[in-house]
Amino acid sequence: MSEFILKARDLNKFYTQRSGRFGFGTKQVKALDNVNLELRHASTLAVVGESGSGKSTLARCLLQLQPLDGGSVFFQGRDLAELPANELRKQRRHLQMIFQDPFASLNPRMKVGEIVEEGLLIHDLGTKNERFEKALKMLKRVGLAESDLNKYPHEFSGGQRQRIGIARALVLEPKVVVCDEPVSALDVSIQAQILLLLKELQQEMSLSYIFISHDLRVVRHIADEVAVMHQGKIVEKGSIQEVYESPKQQYTQNLLKAIPGQKRQLA
Amino acid sequence: MAELLKIEDLTICPASAPSRKLVSNVSFSIEPGKTTCVVGESGSGKSLTALSVMGLLSKQLVRTNGRVLFQGQDLADLSTEEMRKIRGRQIGMIFQEPMTSLNPVLTIGFQIGEPLTVHLGLKGDALKAKVNVLLEQVGIPAHRANSYPDELSGGQRQRVMIAMSIACEPLMLIADEPTTALDVTVQAQILSLLDNLKTSMNMGMLLITHDFGVVADVADDVVVMFRGEVVEAGSVAQVLNKPKHPYTKALLACVPDAEGKKPLKPIDYAWLKNEQVPA
Ligand SMILES: Nc1ncnc2c1ncn2[C@@H]1O[C@H](COP(=O)(O)OP(=O)(O)OP(=O)(O)O)[C@@H](O)[C@H]1O
Ligand SMILES: Nc1ncnc2c1ncn2[C@@H]1O[C@H](COP(=O)(O)OP(=O)(O)OP(=O)(O)O)[C@@H](O)[C@H]1O
Ligand SMILES: [Mg+2]
Ligand SMILES: [Mg+2]
Repeated sequence: MSEFILKARDLNKFYTQRSGRFGFGTKQVKALDNVNLELRHASTLAVVGESGSGKSTLARCLLQLQPLDGGSVFFQGRDLAELPANELRKQRRHLQMIFQDPFASLNPRMKVGEIVEEGLLIHDLGTKNERFEKALKMLKRVGLAESDLNKYPHEFSGGQRQRIGIARALVLEPKVVVCDEPVSALDVSIQAQILLLLKELQQEMSLSYIFISHDLRVVRHIADEVAVMHQGKIVEKGSIQEVYESPKQQYTQNLLKAIPGQKRQLA
Repeated sequence: MAELLKIEDLTICPASAPSRKLVSNVSFSIEPGKTTCVVGESGSGKSLTALSVMGLLSKQLVRTNGRVLFQGQDLADLSTEEMRKIRGRQIGMIFQEPMTSLNPVLTIGFQIGEPLTVHLGLKGDALKAKVNVLLEQVGIPAHRANSYPDELSGGQRQRVMIAMSIACEPLMLIADEPTTALDVTVQAQILSLLDNLKTSMNMGMLLITHDFGVVADVADDVVVMFRGEVVEAGSVAQVLNKPKHPYTKALLACVPDAEGKKPLKPIDYAWLKNEQVPA
């Protein structure tokens, strides 16, 4: 097998935005500007960068959840755009996403147990009983309880909803997970628990992650490599050590300098 | 100094299970010109406390005990109309999940302008100018006023909420994880914007966050919540440097270090159960 499980070549994505004083004009903006990246098998690539720089757009385009205006994404060497529809549907199980906005991505009319089991059902994995057991086990691993299975998303706190989204993606035992700010709504203890879970699963199942985060401390703990985005372009990439210890771009240096909490020493 | 906001013995339960306390006897207060950070466990009742202050609890939940005083006045005594006048004008709120509180069919310019029209009677060019200033303050180009919420990035939506909440220069701001989707440079810009309001307008701020870096940078006081209760409260120096409660100590021990050297380790709840809680 190739060293890279996912490869993106020259990705381009434009959005049309209303502009002008009365909103009648339109303007094309480049959300992705010739983006290239490679995700190594069983490793974690962090994507960091300014708010609005195109990280979530990149995430959705990598997983074909949003059409590209140019470029190709190769999963295990195969161009996703060229897969027949039924083959792409099959591969979806292996290409999962943890969404940035958890509540908006959970069906409000489904119980949490159903939400987590749904993917297993769609991909016809296991018997009814096995699906239930898998969903329950994953919910427990993200720190939720059996009694939560029958509740609806609105009965949870922000961080609990985020964990429902994590369980839903991981229960499928996918090959690639694109995590869009997966731990930003979690307290630091649950955050550590989830990061360890991601690492454990990586070891158990050779999972590969694209890890979008604004928390540079978390990135340093979880990622092997990091790509820095700025205005739709990847402006710097390298191993964690290279980028943190000798950032080349001014923008990266600014990011590292702005990590909060540097004013006061914690006990 | 007199408190701006005083929360006393606040208790919240599901309407269907009035003995299951989601928030239990929570008391703390906020002074003008000061920032109080509320930190604590996911699911410990931080957002419910904030929503209850605003009178915005979902109908499935009830406040079974306690009061909320704003400038000495019990907010529960106000009529719906009087409460509406305070909300957005004197107390601004930034909700945890922007997409659920922004209206998908209205442009963001309209939504930022709405409180200015409703509370201050701003219209026409004056309104447009003020909206543009607010957008610029939160780092969104003015032409994006014509965009709809789903055309924005996660962090841009969060900043629209921030612009809406400060539009009328409230006396008090309740911000529920306002910067979770912001990169550190934009976060620093937003925090300094809020800090300026705090000093120039003497605004009091209740800031819910999981980020101890943010706490260390902006808090005057810290309230720690665990399983629906306040387990510790004090000045930022006291809580961060000399935490008393075992939960606070355990939580602080989980903060990731910037060098990536300290191993990740969640709280050992079995251990915590046997720890002595100081009187
Ligand atoms: N449907 C759309 N129409 C027009 N512009 C859009 C649309 N979706 C996103 N954009 C713009 O494209 C840019 C990239 O958005 P994206 O959501 O990918 O950013 P991001 O890096 O994920 O930001 P954040 O860190 O704030 O979540 C932003 O400026 C955003 O406003
Ligand atoms: N409508 C509801 N019905 C029943 N329980 C609810 C409801 N809303 C919230 N809860 C529960 O109340 C508790 C407190 O929720 P709250 O949203 O205040 O937590 P939080 O401290 O803000 O957590 P987070 O940091 O994860 O956002 C949670 O355990 C949650 O599951
Ligand atoms: Mg995003
Ligand atoms: Mg909350």
